[in-house]
Amino acid sequence: MREKYPLLQIIDQEGKWLDESNEEGLLEEKVKQFYYHMLRIRTYDQKGVALQRQGRIGTYVPFAGQEAAQVGSALALGNEDWMFPTYRDHGASLTFGADLDRMLLHWNGRIEGCLPSREKKIMPASIPIATHLPHATGAAMAEGYKGTRNAAIAYFGDGATSEGDFHEGINIASVFKAPVVFFNQNNGYAISLPVEKQMNSETIAQKAEAYGIPGVRVDGMDVFAVYFAVSEALERSRSGKGPTLIEAVTMRFGAHTTADDPSKYRDQAEVNRIRDQVDPLLRLEKHMKHRGIWEMAWRDSIETAIQDELEAAIKRMETYEQPAVSDMFDHVFAEPTWTIEKQKQRILSTGGSS
Amino acid sequence: MALSKVANKQAVQVGVKELTMIQAINDGLKTMLEEDPKTLLLGEDIGKNGGVFRATDGLQDVFGEKRVIDTPLSEAGFVGTAVGMALNGLKPVVEIQFLGFVYPAFEQIATHVTRMRTRTLGYYSMPMVIRAPYGAGVRSPEIHSDSVEALFVHLPGIKVVCPSTPYDAKGLLLASIADPDPVLFLEPMRLYRGKRQEVPAHDYRIELGKGEIVQQGEDVTIFAWGAMMPIAMEAAELMKEQGISCEVIDLRTLYPLDKAIIADSVQKTGRVVIIHEGHETGGVGSEIVSVIMETSFLYLRAPIEKVTGFDVPVPLFALEHTYLPTTERVSQAIQKVYSF
Repeated sequence: MREKYPLLQIIDQEGKWLDESNEEGLLEEKVKQFYYHMLRIRTYDQKGVALQRQGRIGTYVPFAGQEAAQVGSALALGNEDWMFPTYRDHGASLTFGADLDRMLLHWNGRIEGCLPSREKKIMPASIPIATHLPHATGAAMAEGYKGTRNAAIAYFGDGATSEGDFHEGINIASVFKAPVVFFNQNNGYAISLPVEKQMNSETIAQKAEAYGIPGVRVDGMDVFAVYFAVSEALERSRSGKGPTLIEAVTMRFGAHTTADDPSKYRDQAEVNRIRDQVDPLLRLEKHMKHRGIWEMAWRDSIETAIQDELEAAIKRMETYEQPAVSDMFDHVFAEPTWTIEKQKQRILSTGGSS
Repeated sequence: MALSKVANKQAVQVGVKELTMIQAINDGLKTMLEEDPKTLLLGEDIGKNGGVFRATDGLQDVFGEKRVIDTPLSEAGFVGTAVGMALNGLKPVVEIQFLGFVYPAFEQIATHVTRMRTRTLGYYSMPMVIRAPYGAGVRSPEIHSDSVEALFVHLPGIKVVCPSTPYDAKGLLLASIADPDPVLFLEPMRLYRGKRQEVPAHDYRIELGKGEIVQQGEDVTIFAWGAMMPIAMEAAELMKEQGISCEVIDLRTLYPLDKAIIADSVQKTGRVVIIHEGHETGGVGSEIVSVIMETSFLYLRAPIEKVTGFDVPVPLFALEHTYLPTTERVSQAIQKVYSF
């Protein structure tokens, strides 16, 4: 099955072209855009881990290693497309246009962090596993009913493929030819369980066969390959040909969350040892050097800008007004029920403050 | 009270260890795996990783991958698998990583786990335990903090157990595993690594369906369980300073409720405060009120007070402490029923 679903690559680990025919679509400006977004979410991710360690935010979910998969897929989307991310896809959300301040508030335990951007249709991170795949199918079908060419993308990990909702979401989408891309990031582990124990199939891409849809296996550390695979799948869906299942083979460099200790279940020293060889940012940097479009001054300038942007956002997060107790009660129903109204008044009258 | 019980048993036991609740659960699982070759554990990340809370830490090393099974990420799948195992003579103990992750398995529980005995007129039973950490107060993400014990109390065919101390955790867990019927075993995350307590190394069991009077009192009865027990005790302590004597009862089993312990205490004090962190409407507190009305209506000296979570999804952690019952809210409720 691996032969049938080869790993699509455009550049190799040294950043050299494997398929130069794509060069036309990857002009300097676009390549720099990829690098900028990958560096931005890498920096954000490092800050996230540090903030959690300092007790300034709650449990954080790192994605280092998956920057190419998240940036490549997010930048392939059209402005009107839908994004259904998981808790590990905040890098994709940020790249697509989610508000950085809100993203940070979410990690600080604030419900305001779930508010979608007004400009983009980015759903709040799905915490249950695979349950948002049918949602993406439904949103995509609704676009079809409205006669648009808009599509939806659903992100999920390798573990999600074991859940019933994975099957149900893809099956319905395939029956109704819904314009949706099922974007799997196979990072090798679902918390502690390696993918070999998650499933008996050699690839995730091959599962597409059961639904009669294309399955694509792509190098998730190659931002170009991800970008083109998702672009092609989106184009296919926009022309009425239905969903695609994409498996982006990637790697989670760190823990499942900041509450997890990966050394319990894998050789973390080995991961750290090979990290530099497979790092998607370094691969892109090498590529840019080969092409002669790498400028250290440019790199320094975007890094400074990203640092400034993040520091300012963290400051705003930490000085954000305290949550109102009424927030908890006011959004459960359009009109509060008498029970909720009574409970709210009770806590407010007894001086219940956060 | 629990401590004194340990003391009584010391004469016969081979050893006592100072354990946290999570260690006591680990010890209970180990005891059962040693004693009964039919017992096995299954769930996500419970093997090599030893569980995200370390409840199963080290057990796969001792008992192997066939008895401590790391399953794929599939709650309906592994609860359903456990149904088949139980049908076929095994005694599975399933770990749901957080109670809020039980929803995909709810169909298996509601349509098969709880009904197999009825459906087969007793030919097949479901001797399984479903363990699930629950509750807010540990800064978990959304869904991880749910306290929906009432959903299961309402389902006919499953017992619902919730310890609040290390000693009870092991004793109730062993009784749950030994029970011929399915048990949902709720573990209060907030108390996993709280205090340590002497826990016997041997097999001992605490009867399901029995509450415990943790503190004797005359004026007001407080009913609580799980993570709300420390709140109940703190409030009772505060009331002592004000001359109000509280009887504190840890119900320990939520289905079936200990009707006798409820009635006896209410008939003594005549005043009641119920604490739970599950949502108020349709919560287990309402069922306790029903038991009181049925058994002790004429003994009541004040309307019953409930201090509960609200009818809102458990909020993200910036507001979870407002959602949770606090010692202050409980104290106010006690004063209200006392001065009625």
